[in-house]
Amino acid sequence: MIAVDICILALLATTAVAVARIRNLWAAVMFTGIYSFLGASWMLILDAPDVAFTEAAVGAGISTVLMLATLALTSREEKPIKKFPVLPLLVVIVTGSALVYGTLDMPRFGDPTAPVHTRMDPGFIEKSEHDMHGEMPNVVTSVLASYRGYDTLGETTVIFTAGIAVLLILRKPPKRKTNAAFGQEQEGSHG
Amino acid sequence: MFVVASLSILITMALALIRAMMGPTVFDRVLALNMFGTKTVLFICVYCFASGRTDFLDLALLYSLMNFIGMVALLRFSQIGSFGDNGQEARP
Repeated sequence: MIAVDICILALLATTAVAVARIRNLWAAVMFTGIYSFLGASWMLILDAPDVAFTEAAVGAGISTVLMLATLALTSREEKPIKKFPVLPLLVVIVTGSALVYGTLDMPRFGDPTAPVHTRMDPGFIEKSEHDMHGEMPNVVTSVLASYRGYDTLGETTVIFTAGIAVLLILRKPPKRKTNAAFGQEQEGSHG
Repeated sequence: MFVVASLSILITMALALIRAMMGPTVFDRVLALNMFGTKTVLFICVYCFASGRTDFLDLALLYSLMNFIGMVALLRFSQIGSFGDNGQEARP
């Protein structure tokens, strides 16, 4: 299956370069959709189906629609670049090398002696059923929603705020002259 | 056998990617994206059976739904030009 992994990673890299290079924003949105599909397949190969679920729902579904809605408010062509951007390229290369350098210390994929497999407190699995009054058989759910509930609440708040901000940006500017029919239509569509 | 099947699906994905890059019109690209989504669903199915974890097949279902919804949104946008109320009035 190594050939499959190499093929998927090569396709991912090609799509990323295409997104960066293409000037037509419409096509760029489509390439981000393709990238999401590929990324989700890659997550599935890495045995992370929950991340793949999220990537499929958010990346390929919602974000494509949001990007298109943004395109409706802007132009469809990116402005041509006058001169070759040297400084941003340097910054990206330095940041990328720092990230790659950071991965050198990480344990190998699937290593059973990795800290994430050895340092886990077994108390969660033992006490979960008692703490949840025996009503929640899924330990992952009890950790997410109860043991680190405040963390999840914070994440949800961040996502909720981001959603409100996106809605505010994508909202049509309010019309000055409003007659009765238009007002009803607005209520119906936004209420 | 599963490896050959997934590799051939990946080659088809690459061809769809090339069409999406070259595609002169919007509809070439829409078709390429749709085909890419379908091939992703197929790839997930083949991979599930290859690794013996058929419970991941739910993902393939979700992907086909997402593909359909995204495609409807794309085509609606390319026909109307916006998702707002004005667009519905301008619809033929």
